[in-house]
Amino acid sequence: MIEATLGSLGRPVLQAVAAVGRVALFALQVVGHILRPPFYLRELGSSLVQIGWHSLPVVGLTAIFTGGALALQIYAGGSRFNAESVVPSIVAIGMTRELGPVLGGLMVAARVASSIAAEIGTMKVTEQIDALVTLSTNPLKYLAVPRVVAATLAMPVLVAVGDAIGIMGGWLVGITRLDFNSAAYLKNTVDFLEVWDIGSGLVKGAVFGFIVALMGCYHGMNSARGAQGVGAATKAAVVSASVLILAANYILTEAFFSS
Amino acid sequence: MIELAQVQKRFGENRVLQGVTLTIASGTSMVIIGGSGTGKSVLLKCILGLVRPDSGMITLDGQDVTKADRDAFLARFGMLFQGGALFDSLRVWENVAFRLLRGPKALPKAQAREIAIEKLRRVGLKPATADLFPAELSGGMQKRVGLARAIAAEPEIIFFDEPTTGLDPIMAGVINDLIREIVVEMGATAMTITHDMSSVRAIADNVAMLHGGVIRWTGPVGEMDATPDPYVQQFIHGRAEGPIEAVR
Repeated sequence: MIEATLGSLGRPVLQAVAAVGRVALFALQVVGHILRPPFYLRELGSSLVQIGWHSLPVVGLTAIFTGGALALQIYAGGSRFNAESVVPSIVAIGMTRELGPVLGGLMVAARVASSIAAEIGTMKVTEQIDALVTLSTNPLKYLAVPRVVAATLAMPVLVAVGDAIGIMGGWLVGITRLDFNSAAYLKNTVDFLEVWDIGSGLVKGAVFGFIVALMGCYHGMNSARGAQGVGAATKAAVVSASVLILAANYILTEAFFSS
Repeated sequence: MIELAQVQKRFGENRVLQGVTLTIASGTSMVIIGGSGTGKSVLLKCILGLVRPDSGMITLDGQDVTKADRDAFLARFGMLFQGGALFDSLRVWENVAFRLLRGPKALPKAQAREIAIEKLRRVGLKPATADLFPAELSGGMQKRVGLARAIAAEPEIIFFDEPTTGLDPIMAGVINDLIREIVVEMGATAMTITHDMSSVRAIADNVAMLHGGVIRWTGPVGEMDATPDPYVQQFIHGRAEGPIEAVR
């Protein structure tokens, strides 16, 4: 009885550990190929456009509404102890350290991890990946490396743009709804914002970009057969990327800011 | 020469290949026949190294394929996949010239494009097709592009996986004739897997029947109709009654 219970508990644990091991090995393989030729620059360029440029609208919209809502919340909370004046600085710090990278990462995970997993998964079930091998091309190097590099490079830029738009969202709400003076709001934002507030968010962005593309590629390349297999791979890519982003965010925040 | 000796492969409880032994002489066209799910594609993928056999040995010109330099080994092969397996994101000519544009012997883009257009012409497609994307082509045209890609680098060995599946009889005949012409013209070694008997008669020098995980019968195509083997007879005449169970 006890043995059966332990067995039923142990099996999923072993499966989870094995899955973590497979992802870690996949990540090591991808990283190992980044600096070794051949380099597929055209694929890298096209991935930068797909992942970076095409994600700008969704990241921008997310940031502007988040910045605005953040200003309203901080104002409402701050007014309980006469601290309404902290709105500009808290919006800026909140956007750059946390909300810019995390929400941007989650939105990109939804948009990019799903699209990568679906594309590579479809390539697998239609034998395009086998075709790459017969054409003397390493699928990992040709498909995964450009996407992972592109996402790692593009995400900090998206985060920076998101930060700026988010702060602008807070400023817009501040001057239109909360009676802040525009110049004073901007001065408060700049005065209290430190370089590392922005830098830490950009580092987080790079890590989240790596996670997003890695999960998309991993699940796509391990997709099961048929439409159902591709659908399952897509779902797994988004879920695992989102959870890993939140987990990595906690670890990075602990590493950067716990004193 | 490709030689397979006692090649075995299982997926879980399913023993797909149970000891396949077969020889394909250089410059000949071997067609593997057999019902769906008998392991024909797995056999082909084992030779290419896309699937690793559990046991047995596969040699190419006497050299164990698992120990050969992968790039040099694969450079000798061309393959036409069942569904074409064309890369959706690339134009037709880029698909055909894929190998020519990459690797240590990569050609300049203009030269690779010229060769791709020549190969497209060889398989009966107009140069205007070159700039289309695979999704803009019919099934028959995609097969032709796949064939052009398979022969683009003038390989010594060409594999054809179900080359006529999903095509109407006229287009199937055209593809069969093209394959035969190209194989003869290039002097290539060809291995085709199919269950289309018109393909067998059009393409094959030799035929091997895979059933129950082993080569049930092999011989020249001219002897196929006369063989007394009941499995071969049932298969080539498409009879429901016989030693092969109709429902597998």
